[in-house]
Amino acid sequence: MTSVLAVAGHLALPKIAYLSIMPVLILLGGAGAMLAVSAVWPRRLPASTTTSLTVGVALAALVASLVQWGDIRHSGPHVAIAGAVVQDGFSALISVLVTSAVFLTALVADSWQRRHPSGWGPELQVLMLVSAAGAVVMGEANDLIVVFLGLEIMSIALYVLAAFDHRRQQSGEAGLKYFVLGSFSSAVFVYGIALVYGATGTTDLPQITDYLARNILLHDGLLLAGLALLLVGFAFKVAAVPFHLWTPDVYQGAPTPVTGFMAAVAKAGGFAALLRVFISSFGVLRTDWQPAVWVLALLTLTLGAVVALVQRDIKRMLAYSSINHAGFVLLGVQAATTRGVEAALYYLFVYSFMVIGSFAVITLVAGPGDDDHDLERYRGLARRSPLLALALTTMLLAQAGIPFTTGFLAKLEVVSASVGARSTALAVIAMVTAAIAGFFYLRVVLLMYAAPAEAGAGAPGYGDGADLLLAGTEAGSSSMAPSAGADEQAGPGGTLTLSATRTPVASWEVPEAPAAVAIALCVGVTVLFGLWPAPLTGFAHLARLIIP
Amino acid sequence: MIHAAFLMFLLPLAGFVVLALGGRRLGDPLAGWVGTGAVAGSFVVACITYAGLLKMPSSGRSFDQTLFTWIPVGGLNVKAALLIDPLSMTMALFVTGVSTLIHLYSIGYMKGDKDFPKFFLYMNLFVASMLMLVLGDNLLFTFVGWEGVGVCSYWLIAYWFGRPTAASAGKKAFLYNRLADVGFLVAVFLVFDKTGTLQYHGIFAHASSIDPAARTAICLLLFVAAVGKSAQLPLFPWLADAMEGPTPVSALIHAATMVTAGVFLMCRINPLLGLSHPAQLVVASIGAVTALVAATIGCAQQDIKKVLAYSTVSQLGYMFLAAGTGAYEAAIFLMVAHAFFKAELFLGAGSVIHGLDNEQDLKRMGNLRRWLPLTFATFVFGWLAIAGIPPLSGFWAKGDVLDNAYARFPVLWFVGLVTAALTAYYMTRLSALAFFGDDRWRQVLQAPAGDHDAHPHEAPWVMAWPLVVLAVLSLAGGVLLLPWHPGWSPLRWLDPVFGSRLFDAHLSGTAQWVLGVVDSLVALVGLAVALPLWARQPERPELEPAMLQRSYYLDDIYDAVIGRPGQALARFSLVVVDNQVIDGAVNGIGRLARNSGSIMRRLQTGFVRQYALGIALGAAGLLVFMAARAWA
Repeated sequence: MTSVLAVAGHLALPKIAYLSIMPVLILLGGAGAMLAVSAVWPRRLPASTTTSLTVGVALAALVASLVQWGDIRHSGPHVAIAGAVVQDGFSALISVLVTSAVFLTALVADSWQRRHPSGWGPELQVLMLVSAAGAVVMGEANDLIVVFLGLEIMSIALYVLAAFDHRRQQSGEAGLKYFVLGSFSSAVFVYGIALVYGATGTTDLPQITDYLARNILLHDGLLLAGLALLLVGFAFKVAAVPFHLWTPDVYQGAPTPVTGFMAAVAKAGGFAALLRVFISSFGVLRTDWQPAVWVLALLTLTLGAVVALVQRDIKRMLAYSSINHAGFVLLGVQAATTRGVEAALYYLFVYSFMVIGSFAVITLVAGPGDDDHDLERYRGLARRSPLLALALTTMLLAQAGIPFTTGFLAKLEVVSASVGARSTALAVIAMVTAAIAGFFYLRVVLLMYAAPAEAGAGAPGYGDGADLLLAGTEAGSSSMAPSAGADEQAGPGGTLTLSATRTPVASWEVPEAPAAVAIALCVGVTVLFGLWPAPLTGFAHLARLIIP
Repeated sequence: MIHAAFLMFLLPLAGFVVLALGGRRLGDPLAGWVGTGAVAGSFVVACITYAGLLKMPSSGRSFDQTLFTWIPVGGLNVKAALLIDPLSMTMALFVTGVSTLIHLYSIGYMKGDKDFPKFFLYMNLFVASMLMLVLGDNLLFTFVGWEGVGVCSYWLIAYWFGRPTAASAGKKAFLYNRLADVGFLVAVFLVFDKTGTLQYHGIFAHASSIDPAARTAICLLLFVAAVGKSAQLPLFPWLADAMEGPTPVSALIHAATMVTAGVFLMCRINPLLGLSHPAQLVVASIGAVTALVAATIGCAQQDIKKVLAYSTVSQLGYMFLAAGTGAYEAAIFLMVAHAFFKAELFLGAGSVIHGLDNEQDLKRMGNLRRWLPLTFATFVFGWLAIAGIPPLSGFWAKGDVLDNAYARFPVLWFVGLVTAALTAYYMTRLSALAFFGDDRWRQVLQAPAGDHDAHPHEAPWVMAWPLVVLAVLSLAGGVLLLPWHPGWSPLRWLDPVFGSRLFDAHLSGTAQWVLGVVDSLVALVGLAVALPLWARQPERPELEPAMLQRSYYLDDIYDAVIGRPGQALARFSLVVVDNQVIDGAVNGIGRLARNSGSIMRRLQTGFVRQYALGIALGAAGLLVFMAARAWA
């Protein structure tokens, strides 16, 4: 008996600073509670209940994040729970971002569930909360193992979320593809952790920093190989080329609100850990990894912008656009300066509002079944629902980086950080891709404000005049995915889509209130902080990392 | 009390938002009352702030009120902040006061207009922008207001955009102003380059260390902007066309407030302008010459509003003369007095136009004093005030400007004196044609069937009251501001901003008396000549030469020199540069991007095994690179 106690005495439990994991606890606790309630509740929980619960949980987590922020402002950055997590402005910002994203997506998902009534309980919301908890953990992880833990919590929930719409074959296919490839990249990532451990003898990030600062490695092959594999894992999560191949299929297949969530949260989580691990811990090795990131950024920027041009499906188009955005954030990573981190964080923050807002509009515009996202659907949207068209226009212009939106300053900041770090060539390329990207954003805007297609007119062309040249595409990109649903949808010349525009669809004439609130919030943030950038830039400025 | 100052421009802005969201629902006349209420509230706040400022010691009457940090980019840190000091408060007081009266008047004038709420929407936005302009604490904030009033002026001139003349007048005003605004922008860049700040206090702290050439350049560039906004030579033709807008707009924007923004700007930068003798000479000369030229044109116009428009240009010329002379207080004094009497004249003219079913031709009016007694009674005050008859406000204000000019630039004083005579002449001509003589309007107003006695009617009370208030101000506005008593010197309260003593202080008492008598005599002569001449006989072609009627053919000259070559250039740009060169390049790049996109998307096969291969190849690439680094 005494010996057992003695052993127990040696198992020194770390002191748990609950505030440091409060958002995670709230998100996971909320998810568990919702599952439990739905299991014992005699009837199926109505959508309004699950939505209210999720919104409540998200807001509570958001408040907890803000409390953390206040605590950090007050008592300075510190580590907690035996050094497993770190509390600094950076982690608080990611927490705020992720919890806001959950809040907004919950509102959008409500509309999505109402228009696709079926036997769903609260699983979508529960998975979303769990996934968000993973992302928050990634933002505050102070140990490679904890990073991996967060990554997996986030990703596994996302795999299921992608496959959530069981009536659509595409959705199941998306989930499966994401799962297989995600597992593959996770394996690579873990192997990277192992190599880094082998080289430094620790997985704790500050200890790695310390080790690298004290020792000059004569043979750093092992460490660099580990670094390369870590980079693969992160690059997969943030969809950097050439690890992006899953993105278009998964973004297209996943339920539309989930796509917005994925674009905001998975990117934020991935980039958060990438920034912390590479810039803060492996900062001294930056001359080794900067060229690699330079190439990744170049490929990501270019491919994202160029391939988006030839998409006919708006979700696929935004998938490529999100790849292009990832390239911009990589500019901040590549700069590896305080300014770069600040710019990357600001970019992630404002992008999450833009992308959730965009996919919220797409959710509302999509036809019944959430499977018709052909661009042709957007022709004349401004006549049918002017507010939705205006909202989407704002979001797309912000993504294009038009002044007086947050998108402008975001691009300006990363590009100037890149120039400041003497990566002028990359900065110039980024600007060029932004110009290319302008084409496909504006194409949608033009379509929305163009006259509705005449019923029975020939095959629909995009836009008119000069626009035609860029817009005219071949049979449609979804035929690239060998899924039956996709092939069917992309009939040559878009005959099917034409009939879709002819059919009067009543359900999306009036946006449902919760999604409308979410869209209004996203537009509000994008425009307000575009006009008055000081608070957000200040937030990002205070959230910088310590760079050795 | 002073802390509520931001409400001054927030209230009209709130009115704008309310009208933008719910204007249609409020309708006629409720939307008008909402708009008027917002501006009246702003006036009350201005009064309260003014009272608060008066309580402070005169040296401490200048402070910034920061609203929020607006643009924090690199070395540029611009705050959205208000500068509350005697100058900005003087401007704010008369802007909000006159705006309130004119909003009230508009409720009657615009009654029945199909876009009634929209009118007040623009008017409220205008007032908000104007207050932003005068209260701005830095050049950029002022510039935002500057552009804001410009765009509101454009919307309001082209308010009845169904008329081609109104639409093109709006466009003209916009183009002239934009042209001049380039000067403002370049000046902002230059100031930032030389001083590293855009805040007025910061700039003035550097005033003496900027090299003289740059200082003169800054002043002159800002003067270019002022020339456009305040319609001076050579950019004044737009103001005459701006009369296409509704009369309250002409009264508020194109007489009392917006067009004085240029003068305000010159006064605001007085620490710079005062150090640059060449710039002062340019400002004063352009002002004096514009005053004379516009007065001569005003003598030959037939449209009642165009006479008033040219008279505005002429009076603004006086203000620039004063600013260039260094007599900023005289410039502000004339600006305030002018706001009163010119608003009075415009609103009176509006009442006449309203009574005559939108007739603006002076030759088709006559003897209206019998039919519009209240309008006539109030108009007389405006008329005599602008003519410079003592003891009305115009006499004192103009006298101040002329005395200072006499002390500094005697030649310009003489130009101003001739202008004063012309002013009395053309205003008397206008009044004689409109209110005396025969009932020529009978050819305009056709008697409806069964009614033998169709005649003009007085306007409703919402229009009459502002006339009475403004008439009283035109009469007393000048006398009240005179230093009757050592403890009462309203103009002296601007001293903290302008510092210097006026130049007429150098003149002896006798000289001041003599100058005052000369001014009055000149005004009386102009009046005495014009009244019998035009009351008796409205057609005197020998006194209305075509050159003056066509305003020295300035429009034709601009059209020939700038307009036509410009159009030819535009056509060339469209056909050759745009269609072939630029579109060619853009389409070429587009085609390249699209083609490469088509090729690259073949990577997207949809097969998981190939995606995994992509990841593996990427990983291999990274590993090879790192290996190369490790063994390099």
